Amino acid sequence: MTADGSATGRNCGYNPESFTPVSRGCSYVQMEARRMADSLIVRLEGELDLHTADAFRAFVRAEMEAAGRVRNLILDLRGVPFIDSSGIGAILGRCREIREERAGRVVALGPRRPVRRVMEMAGLLRLVDVAETQREALALLKEGDPVS
Amino acid sequence: MTLPEGIQNQVTLEFPSKPENVAFARTAVAVFASQLDFTMDELDEIKVAVSEAVSNAVIHAYGQETGMVRVEAAITTRGELVLRVSDAGRGIEDVDTARQAQWTSRPEERMGLGFTFMEQYMDHVDVESAPGAGTRVTMRKTPAQARIAH
Repeated sequence: MTADGSATGRNCGYNPESFTPVSRGCSYVQMEARRMADSLIVRLEGELDLHTADAFRAFVRAEMEAAGRVRNLILDLRGVPFIDSSGIGAILGRCREIREERAGRVVALGPRRPVRRVMEMAGLLRLVDVAETQREALALLKEGDPVS
Repeated sequence: MTLPEGIQNQVTLEFPSKPENVAFARTAVAVFASQLDFTMDELDEIKVAVSEAVSNAVIHAYGQETGMVRVEAAITTRGELVLRVSDAGRGIEDVDTARQAQWTSRPEERMGLGFTFMEQYMDHVDVESAPGAGTRVTMRKTPAQARIAH
């Protein structure tokens, strides 16, 4: 956690500001996490497939743990040009964990057309809300929160 | 060298069954497929289908061992893309069950959606497999524009 309360990616080799490179080459994903209200926002840059899904899974788990009492997860997918069933499985797994362990929700932020089509076909849009901006994502979560 | 009858162009990729090669395979096939008049959406669909077929081989074919995966891509003289993803691994005992949506031999991982995506995104998908004899997935796709034109 940083002084302003945000959690950031560890081992920042790629961009000293925030990014955690998982691997380089053809298939890669870089991830950054920060906290806003009771949500963790995870920004992804790169492809979600068999090679990167495990790293994504581990990163989100560790950051949710480190962030403490956050309930919801906002997945910023604007930088993700490709996803397949391995990536879908990894997102679905996080949905289940967040619902069961934190009674929270997952919002996908700005999925690109091919990613959105795959999510739709997999039935993931029944479990995940989609927002086009971060503000919209936070509003969606607030709306659905019975406490607020 | 002469090409097989009915084949206008073809490439063959062969690589070890490592997860990091899945992206290479789908990207290379998409570049090859772009010789045909596929739309961006269709090229994205081809990438997903290749990713699924190659991921299946990487995960299931050789267990903990590493074996070879072969991807053959061809363009027929009729303007059809034909893809064949094959391995020499343990094979699938019951292909029909394996192709059913939501079935997976590794729960929680990929939801058994691999074949669903291949079938949704390609025109034809054919799976040949037998225990101990490896698996061969053949997929075909013609650009939608060409289908309308003919």
